[in-house]
Amino acid sequence: MTRDGVAAINPVAKLAASLLIAVTLALSVDAASAVTALALEIVLLPFAGLGWVAFWRRTAAVWIAAPLAGLTVALYGRASGQVYLDLLVVHVTDGSLRLAAITAVRVLAIALPAVVLFATVDATELADGLAQHLHLPARFVLGALAALRLVGLMRNDWIALELARRARGVADRGRIRRLAGLAFALFVLSIRRGSALATAMEARGFGGDVQRSWARPSRFGIREVLLIVVGAVLAATAVVVAVATGQWVLIGR
Amino acid sequence: MRARGWGWRHAGRLAWALHDIDVTVEAGERVLLLGASGSGKSTLLAALAGVLGGDEDGDEAGTLTVGGRDPRAARGAAGLVLQDPESQLIMSRIGDDVAFGCENLGVPREQLWMRVRDALDLVGLDLPLEHPTEVLSGGQKQRLALAGALAMRPGLLLLDEPTANIDPEGVRDVRDAVAAVLAATGSTAVIVEHRVEAWLDVVDRIVVLGADGGLVAEGEPRSVLAAQGEALAAAGVWVPGREPRIARRPGPTDRPALLTGESLTLARVAGHPLAATVTRPVDLTVSAGEALALTGPNGSGKTTLALTLGGLLAPAAGEVRASPALAEGIGSQVMRWRSRELVSRIGSVFQAPEHQFLMPTVREELELGPRALKLPAAEVSSRTDDLLARLGLGALAAANPFTLSGGQKRRLSVGAVLATRPRMLVLDEPTFGQDALTWTALVELLEQLRSEGTAVVAATHDLRLIDAIGANVLALEAET
Repeated sequence: MTRDGVAAINPVAKLAASLLIAVTLALSVDAASAVTALALEIVLLPFAGLGWVAFWRRTAAVWIAAPLAGLTVALYGRASGQVYLDLLVVHVTDGSLRLAAITAVRVLAIALPAVVLFATVDATELADGLAQHLHLPARFVLGALAALRLVGLMRNDWIALELARRARGVADRGRIRRLAGLAFALFVLSIRRGSALATAMEARGFGGDVQRSWARPSRFGIREVLLIVVGAVLAATAVVVAVATGQWVLIGR
Repeated sequence: MRARGWGWRHAGRLAWALHDIDVTVEAGERVLLLGASGSGKSTLLAALAGVLGGDEDGDEAGTLTVGGRDPRAARGAAGLVLQDPESQLIMSRIGDDVAFGCENLGVPREQLWMRVRDALDLVGLDLPLEHPTEVLSGGQKQRLALAGALAMRPGLLLLDEPTANIDPEGVRDVRDAVAAVLAATGSTAVIVEHRVEAWLDVVDRIVVLGADGGLVAEGEPRSVLAAQGEALAAAGVWVPGREPRIARRPGPTDRPALLTGESLTLARVAGHPLAATVTRPVDLTVSAGEALALTGPNGSGKTTLALTLGGLLAPAAGEVRASPALAEGIGSQVMRWRSRELVSRIGSVFQAPEHQFLMPTVREELELGPRALKLPAAEVSSRTDDLLARLGLGALAAANPFTLSGGQKRRLSVGAVLATRPRMLVLDEPTFGQDALTWTALVELLEQLRSEGTAVVAATHDLRLIDAIGANVLALEAET
């Protein structure tokens, strides 16, 4: 597969860059760091190699989740200042509204780069990278990769199981009971598929004592380093701005 | 490969799956391994491939060696291709999938891709290395699995019913690929198959295992078939010239139409690989006491049409309407029927029996339908006893359906549907991959039901089945 730009960057670097941003932003709940990070990200996102249509489609969930997270905080967050609404456990106040806005921005700042970077990640490449650069055990990484392929089969199983229930005369029962039964049946089928897959992998010599070779070289060069540096600089800038404006508060303090 | 007094007993079982096996397969020999289902053929192949497991998985007797070594210590010395094409795909692109075995053997990258391309050439899969594995047909997937085994350059090739789960065209492709591979590599091969005919020209020796897991006969293919043909046929092997014959029965004189489909085009089941739209709208009538076969290549929509006629899936356009003879007082719109109303009118048997098993024992599985109809307890148990006897599952009444053999599962899945006495049966590939015994039992049952006035609709590739139940054929075309 020939790809260029950010898409071609090693998934391990993408993982590292997104983690750097996420962990840093999770350390504080101030406005300055979240706003700074989001602003920088908005400047950088057009260079991520994702078309506008793909961008909105991929990040749709984030745009929904962020305001929802904010709304929760607005309703239940720590009360302070002017009270706008007071209903049992619901308190909408100056303080909670402020916190809500910051939360929404923070969720966006954490999730957007992760979603955008991972939109172009291929599972096989990620597994190659994790095993070859981070030296995670091949058994674990490739097992997970193979299991991922079963997810598609599970979806087909789910459809077939649902139709089969109607065919067997038991689809008139309550929805909850039916879903529980379906989930269990799917679970049983998945275990069977999983063990069949494990046998097939073993038959191809997987899990032996031989030192494994890797068919696909996983490159880690200047582009990868650059991406991680961009992530680090972005995170650091956010912290510096927050500290300079005196807003930085380590979480839990 | 050499076995001396070899035997294996699965953990927790009393009987030995295999015992006292003395066989030698010389390098370069091609052996067809035959035997009744349950005779331990697959167990022997798994042992040869070194994937049978260790002490906690069972007890071993005697010795078994591949190239003079314990197969467990010689992973990769034998390449194994299994029955189910789905569960053998490991990676999402074909090149990576073939490379997987080589990687595990530590083959250096420079040689590895050459091996991958050679293996794909040999099995005749002329597709780019990046081609996704998911969209391959059953026959292509089996050839891919074969390539994956080949790329490891095993001295011994083990094929466990490689063509049982694929359509007739795929069977030919896989057989030809195996023949080409053996001719090109001179590799030793042990093949397990029910269908002898396709493989006669490929193998040079037949080994027969008995139902109790012992060795019955071995020798040159045609002489073994001549000497053991009758016993083999009785054990369920498809012996050329000894195929089962089903007596045709007269149908009922009164054959009212039960279900009509008008200008049906089919809905695509999201994500379902077998689903397809029918290119041209279909009109059909299903009548009591008659059989209808839905045929056509994979992807032509046989399964989807079967689901639609079974009242499980709404058509994309057109109408499925039940006649008053079938509806018996409820509306003619099949999709509007409640699940309970459906089972006493139309019975659907799925291609994979596992999808329709819901209960922990065979007996409860058969009782489920009648119970859903709220029949009196005496009626439920008499129907169940009758079916257990008819399907030859009496001894397994307390067994878990998932632990049955392939043939037993198939019989149970049909029986469970018959328990509610539907007037119309819809079956999806009911005879796929079955040995001759299960095939005979099943087809005889269908022919009997048909003669008693049940309508039988089957999506199938099996020409023998179509012939045996005298089915009208509705041929679907592949989506273009």
